[in-house]
Amino acid sequence: MATNHEPDVPANHNENRRTFLKQSSLLTALALVPGPVVSAAEAKLDERVAEAIEQIPLSLKVNGKKLKLKVEPRTTLLDLLRENLHLTGTKKGCDYGQCGACTVHVDGQRVNSCLSFAVMHDGQEITTIEGLAEGDKLHPMQEAFVKHDGFQCGYCTPGQIMSAVACVREGHAGSETEIREYMSGNICRCGAYSNIVAAIQDVKSGGQKV
Amino acid sequence: MNAPEKKIGAPMNRVDGRQKVTGAAKYSAEYELPNMAYAVLVGSTVTKGRLSSIDTKDAERAPGVLAVITHLNAPKAPGVKPTGKDPSQPQTVGSALQVFMDDKIRFNDQPIAVVVANTLERARFAARLVRAQYAKEKHQTNLEANKANAFLPTQAKKNPKSPAADYQRGEVDAYKTGALKLEAEYVIPTEVHHPMELQAITAHWEAPDRLTLYDKTQGTMATRRDFARQWGLPEENVKVIATYVGGAFGNALHSWPHESAAIIAAKVVNRPVKLMLTREQMFTMVGYRPHTWQKIGMSATADGKITAITHESIGQTSTYEEFVEATLGQTKMMYQSPNLTTRYRLAALDVGSPIWMRGPGEATGAFALESAMDEMAFLLNIDPMEFRLRNYTDQDPEKNRPWSSKFLKECYQAGAQRVGWNKRQLKPGSLRDGEWFIGYGMGVGTFGAHRGSSKASAQLLPDGTVLLQSAVTDIGPGTGTAMTQIAADTLGLPPEKIRFEWGNSDFAQAPTQGGSAIVNTVGPAVQEVCMALKDKLRELAATSNGAFATAKKEDVSFADNHLTLAGNSTARATYADLVRQAGGKAVTVESKPSGEGQKFSMYSFSVHFAEVRVHELTGEVRVSKLISCADAGTIINEKTAGNQMKGGAVGGIGMALMEHAIIDDRFGRYVTKDLADYHVPVHADSPAIEVFFVNQPDPYVNQLGTKGIGEIATIGVAPAIANAVFNATGKRVRELPITPDKLV
Ligand code: FES
Ligand code: FES
Repeated sequence: MATNHEPDVPANHNENRRTFLKQSSLLTALALVPGPVVSAAEAKLDERVAEAIEQIPLSLKVNGKKLKLKVEPRTTLLDLLRENLHLTGTKKGCDYGQCGACTVHVDGQRVNSCLSFAVMHDGQEITTIEGLAEGDKLHPMQEAFVKHDGFQCGYCTPGQIMSAVACVREGHAGSETEIREYMSGNICRCGAYSNIVAAIQDVKSGGQKV
Repeated sequence: MNAPEKKIGAPMNRVDGRQKVTGAAKYSAEYELPNMAYAVLVGSTVTKGRLSSIDTKDAERAPGVLAVITHLNAPKAPGVKPTGKDPSQPQTVGSALQVFMDDKIRFNDQPIAVVVANTLERARFAARLVRAQYAKEKHQTNLEANKANAFLPTQAKKNPKSPAADYQRGEVDAYKTGALKLEAEYVIPTEVHHPMELQAITAHWEAPDRLTLYDKTQGTMATRRDFARQWGLPEENVKVIATYVGGAFGNALHSWPHESAAIIAAKVVNRPVKLMLTREQMFTMVGYRPHTWQKIGMSATADGKITAITHESIGQTSTYEEFVEATLGQTKMMYQSPNLTTRYRLAALDVGSPIWMRGPGEATGAFALESAMDEMAFLLNIDPMEFRLRNYTDQDPEKNRPWSSKFLKECYQAGAQRVGWNKRQLKPGSLRDGEWFIGYGMGVGTFGAHRGSSKASAQLLPDGTVLLQSAVTDIGPGTGTAMTQIAADTLGLPPEKIRFEWGNSDFAQAPTQGGSAIVNTVGPAVQEVCMALKDKLRELAATSNGAFATAKKEDVSFADNHLTLAGNSTARATYADLVRQAGGKAVTVESKPSGEGQKFSMYSFSVHFAEVRVHELTGEVRVSKLISCADAGTIINEKTAGNQMKGGAVGGIGMALMEHAIIDDRFGRYVTKDLADYHVPVHADSPAIEVFFVNQPDPYVNQLGTKGIGEIATIGVAPAIANAVFNATGKRVRELPITPDKLV
C-alpha cells in the first residue's frame, strides 16, 4: 500500500551533471551586484562579464568550413550547432546521450553531440547531416533512406543517417543482426527500424563509397 | 496520349523525403527569428498543495535573464477562466490547465515559473535559482489504492448513449453462471508517448493582437482555436505553423501548460520565445497512456461458443480533467456473445492529465480482451485462431447493422501462413531451440473508420504545377505524400507537378491528425478540389476557346504548358492565360461524409501474429517474428502505409515488453525520468516486421475506399506477444510489461 507522505528531500529536480555550474565564479561575481534589482541584462553588466569570463575561444571545422568562435564553456556541442550555428539538422531528443538524435561525426567518429561541451572539440572537424550531401547530390545513405522509407516523422533521421554511415565505415554492417546491434544507440520512436536496416544493407551491398 | 500511370497504391517515395534526410526539415524549435529569447520551466517539487512563497530574486539577477514569470506577476490572458471547476468539460479543446493562474499545485512538476533569458544556457542556469516553499497536502497517485473511489465519467452520467456509459446486451454478468468460465484481471501501467522530438514551441507576438506559433501540434486549427480563445483574439489573428512534427502519437492532441507559458513569456519580454521541454518534463506534463486496471469474465460452451463477457475497466485521470477513452469498445463488437456487460470508470489522481496514446483505449482494452480469448481457448483446448473464427461476427452485434466491409478472416489466413502458425502446439512449452522456448500468439485489433469534414484548396501556378493546401499536419504517416498521389490521379498530372502544402492554420481548414481519420477525411477533400479545379480551368478556358465550354471535366488534361481536351487536338488554353484569368485565386471545396454511413458499422481491422523466444534461465523475451495484417480499405501508398504498420507494431513491442512509467507514491513523482529508465524498443528489439494488406476498398467510408491504419497498427500487438509468451512458457502475464522477473 502506498503511503502518501513526503519526507524532507532537497528540492533538486534537475539533472546533476550540471550541478557544478552552481559553483561558477560568475555567480559569485553577480552576487556582489548591489541591491535594488536592476535586471542584470538591463544593466548590460552580464554582457561585459560574459565577454571577460564566460566566453572561450574555439576553433572548429564544421562541414568543411573553418570557424573561429567564442563560446560559453557550458555550451554543449549540440546546442552550439543548433542554437548558435543554426545547423538544426542535428536533433535534440533527450540531451543525455540516450537517443542518438544528436549524432554527428567528430574527426570521422560518430558521437552524441549532446554529451560533450563544444570547447572540448577545439581544433576538431565536425560533420553534421547538412555536410553529408555533395551539393545537390545526396549521399548514398541519404538516397537509401528515401528509397526504403527509413523514417516517418524524420526527427531521428539525421542521427540515424550519421550513425548508419559510421556503422558501415566501421565495418559493423556485416549482417542484419550486426546492424541492429550497432544501430541500437539510435532510437526511432516511429519504429521505422525494419526500413532503416534495409537501407543500410542496401548501401553496404551496393558497394558505393560511403 | 497514354493515361498516366496510377499513383494511388504505388509505393511512391515521400514528397518530403529529401527535406528529412538532409536536415532541412524544420521542426517547431528550429525557426530562426530575430532577437529570439529562450524559456525554461521550473516545476513544482511537491505533488499537491499550495505555493506558500516563491523567491525569484537570484534568478532575476542572473546574467542574461529577461524575465521570471510566476503566478504573482504573470499577465492574465483574458479568455482564461479559473480551472478545476468542472473537470468533465475540457478535453482536447480548451487548455484545461493554464499556467501561473494561482498558487495551487495539482501534480508534481507542474510549472510554477518560467525563466526567460537571451541564451538557452543562461535560462537553464537561472531556472535553478528559483526557490519555492510549499504548504503540502496529502496526495494520491496510486491507482490500486484509489480503485474504490472510481466513478462513472460525467459524460456517461449525462448521456446514457455515450460510449463511456455502461453497456448491456442480454443478461447482466451472465458469465458467472456459465459452466466453463474464466475471470481474470489485467493491468497496464502508465506508458508515455515519448516522440523523439521533445515538445517545443516558438511563440511570437507579431503585434499586440497577432500571435504566431511554431508549435508541435497534431492540429493547427485546434491549437489556433485554443489560444485565440485564451487570449480573447479573433481566430484569424493567431497563426499556427506545424510543417514538421517529430512524432507525437497522440501527445500533441491537447494544448498543454508549456505552450501557455511560452506565449505568456513572449508577451512579457516582447520578443519571440522558444521553449523546449526536457525529457523529464515529457513524463509529467504532456500526457500519457493512463495506468488502467481491467477485469474480464467470460463463459463459453465446450464447443467454443462464447456465451457471455463482462469487461470492466478503471483508468487513471487527473483531478482537473476527466480523460475518457474507448477501452471497452472492441469487446462490444468483436465477438458474437449474446450476453455482454461493460463498465468503464475513472479514478482521479494528483497527476497531470493523460491523453490518447496510439491505438489509445482500444489498445489497452485489446490487451485484456485478446489475452482472455487466448486463456479461454486454452481452457477449451481449442486453437486460438479457431476459437476466434467460431465467434466471428458477420455483422455488428453492438449496433445490429452490417459492417461497411470486413476482411478479417483474410487477415487471419495471411498472417497464420506467414508466421508458421501450423508449428504452434496447443501445449505450452512444447517447442524449443536450445535454451530458448519458442511460442506463437495472436491478437486482434479494430478501430472505427472515422471520417469528418475537411476543406482543401487548389490553384494552378504559371509553371503548370498545381498548388494544394490544407491545414492538416503530417506527424509521420506520410499525409503529404498520400495527398499528392490522390491529386496526381485526379488531375492526371505527374506527382512532381503537384505541390501539397500542409501544417499551417492559414490554409484550408482540416481536422486534427488523429484517430486514424486523416486520409479518410482529407483525401476526399483533395480529390474533390482537384475535380473542382479542373472544372474551373475548363470554364476559364471556355472564354477563349468554345470547345471547352461544352467539354466534360474528365476530358480536360494537362500538357506541357497548356490544357488540352481529349479527342480535340486543336483545343488548347495556355497556363499563363488561365493563371492570369484566375487572378491568383485558389479553388476551395469542403468535403463532408454522406449520410450513407449511418446504415453501416465502419471499422478497420487488424491481426498480429508473434513468434517469441524466451530464454529458459534469464526470462529474456525476444520477438523473433511479427506479422501484421490489416483490413484498412484501399492502401494509398504501400510503402508509407507498410512503414506505419511496422511502426505501430514496434510500439506494441514496447507496450508488451518494456514500457513502464513508475511513480514513487511517497513523493508522487516519477522515478523513471529519461530514456535510460523508461525503455522503448531500439533496433535490436525489433525483428524485420512483415506487413500484409487486404487492400480491398470500403464502399461506404468515402469514395477512396480507405479506412485508416494508425491505430490498428498497434491495437492487438501487445496481447499477441503476451499470448506467444504463454505458448512458449506456460506463464500467463496479466500485468504489462512482460519483464524477465515475471517469467523466472
Ligand atoms: S540528444 Fe543526444 S543522445 Fe539524445
Ligand atoms: S522517424 Fe520518427 S522517430 Fe524515427
